Amino acid sequence: MTAASRASSLGVIKPEHAHFSDALYLESGEVLDEFELVYETYGALQPDGNNAVLICHALSGNHHAAGFHSEADTKPGWWDTVIGPGKPIDTNRFFVVCPNNIGGCNGSTGPASISKTTGKPWGSLFPQVTVGDWVESQKRLAQHLGINQWAAVVGGSLGGMQALQWSITYPDWVTHCVVIAAAPGLTAQNIAFNEIARQAIFSDPDWCGGDYIDANTAPEKGMALARMVGHLTYMSADNMSDRFGRELRQGSFDPDDNEQPIFQVESYLRYQGSQFATRFDANTYVLMTRALDRFDLAAASDGDLAKALEPASAEFLILSFSSDWRFSPARSREITTALLAAGKRVTYSNLESDAGHDAFLLEDADYIALLHAWMKRVAA
Amino acid sequence: MMLRSDVETIAGWVGNGSKVLDLGCGSGDLLAKLFLEKGIDGVGVDIDTKNLTTALTKGLRVIQQDMEDGLLNFENTQFDVVIIADSLQVLKRPHAMLTRVVQIGHEAIVSFPNFGHWRSRLSLLLSGRMPKTKALPYSWFDTPNIHFCTVADFESLCRQLDIEIIERKVSGDRTYLAKIWPNIFAKSASYRIRHR
Repeated sequence: MTAASRASSLGVIKPEHAHFSDALYLESGEVLDEFELVYETYGALQPDGNNAVLICHALSGNHHAAGFHSEADTKPGWWDTVIGPGKPIDTNRFFVVCPNNIGGCNGSTGPASISKTTGKPWGSLFPQVTVGDWVESQKRLAQHLGINQWAAVVGGSLGGMQALQWSITYPDWVTHCVVIAAAPGLTAQNIAFNEIARQAIFSDPDWCGGDYIDANTAPEKGMALARMVGHLTYMSADNMSDRFGRELRQGSFDPDDNEQPIFQVESYLRYQGSQFATRFDANTYVLMTRALDRFDLAAASDGDLAKALEPASAEFLILSFSSDWRFSPARSREITTALLAAGKRVTYSNLESDAGHDAFLLEDADYIALLHAWMKRVAA
Repeated sequence: MMLRSDVETIAGWVGNGSKVLDLGCGSGDLLAKLFLEKGIDGVGVDIDTKNLTTALTKGLRVIQQDMEDGLLNFENTQFDVVIIADSLQVLKRPHAMLTRVVQIGHEAIVSFPNFGHWRSRLSLLLSGRMPKTKALPYSWFDTPNIHFCTVADFESLCRQLDIEIIERKVSGDRTYLAKIWPNIFAKSASYRIRHR
């Protein structure tokens, strides 16, 4: 970590663990007899417990949202631009909580954890979890930490879906709700991309029906391919043109070898894919994409989104990014329109960006300023 | 820039605790005043991110959108009052906007600069050039004000659109003259209108 980044950051953060021995009844009907959550907290909880902010992570995110894991660590948490002292989610004011969701692969109970029943990794036997299940598990964590209301629940993408779910499942818990680059449910195109990713994983011989840990292997090729497809949907066409254009990769290449990458963009995607494959669990990836596919906020109210949002009492901030085609601005406007129709307090902004869906994780002056301005209304 | 007297006129017309939509709310000065003085349940619409951010620091709620996109995200009669303060003249289709605002609001408040004011008339007559005044300092080719109208024009359009004028208030250097001959002496005019 550089001196500069240390000054504006939380410094070294140590993840914490909480064990929950009461069973978690999942929406699928299955039961997790016990579970563990790994999480990080930043800032201090006020005695009245009213300054807590929950950060919900997206598909490939985890509990490490801000700060560094060691003095030598060069890469801060995934949302260090937004969380920290003096930042929009100001740790001088708020007590910020970010758990790794169940089903994840960063320390919370998930497919790679050891099942008490079998003494082996869960693998293919790990139950499918949903956005609603995550909300339940996050509520358990809140109670464990002595929190009985969130000053704000904040999330981007799949994290935004959790924030929305929180606002209607436990309206009394959520005073402010920030939903960034999310959607009330996936489109057919979204599901199709997820299905391609899953098929890439399933078609890897090392997938072993999901029990690859038992077989002492991992479907890294399939995972890399899945990530390449996913990564593509996070970027915009303009952004890719700017970054790579038709630039050729460095070095010499054999004109007869069609498997070698020729263009920079190919090398980039291969690198992103292979990096991800070594750090992320394939079962978790499948589970997360399934949770995304199944999320449908309006399903219980016959497709009437305004009716679905009726129970919410939070004040909402809905944000989208102009070049995001994975969860396009139109999806955020759907949420905003439904909130207005339901008579809820809402602010909506479509921020100008060429970074596609990824924009929600990047540093942009307008984005940071707007979030900062809005967060001032959240009492702490 | 809105005249101070127009702001007071609008504030006077908004009922305590009413549901208000402010179209083209800018950085939210009018909305903030209405929150403070009238305890309204209000939301603004503006296209500009910087304006929006400034409005948010005031604790306001704003929807970022092009106010000329048809406003179909709002339901009919969703608001007690819809305000278009000093922005009718920047719209591409002011007639379509008037039709829509009296649908989504039980009532609408519209204020605009009167292009029939004697200074504009005299300036055009004498110089033969499009008028530039302190309040309207733009050249004809780069002005945001693409649809100027006079008091008489506006009232004629309301008749055409079957919109009822509930009340009119005008501002001018000599208010009594502006009241008698608004089309000549009003610098700006504010109207309460509704669907007939």
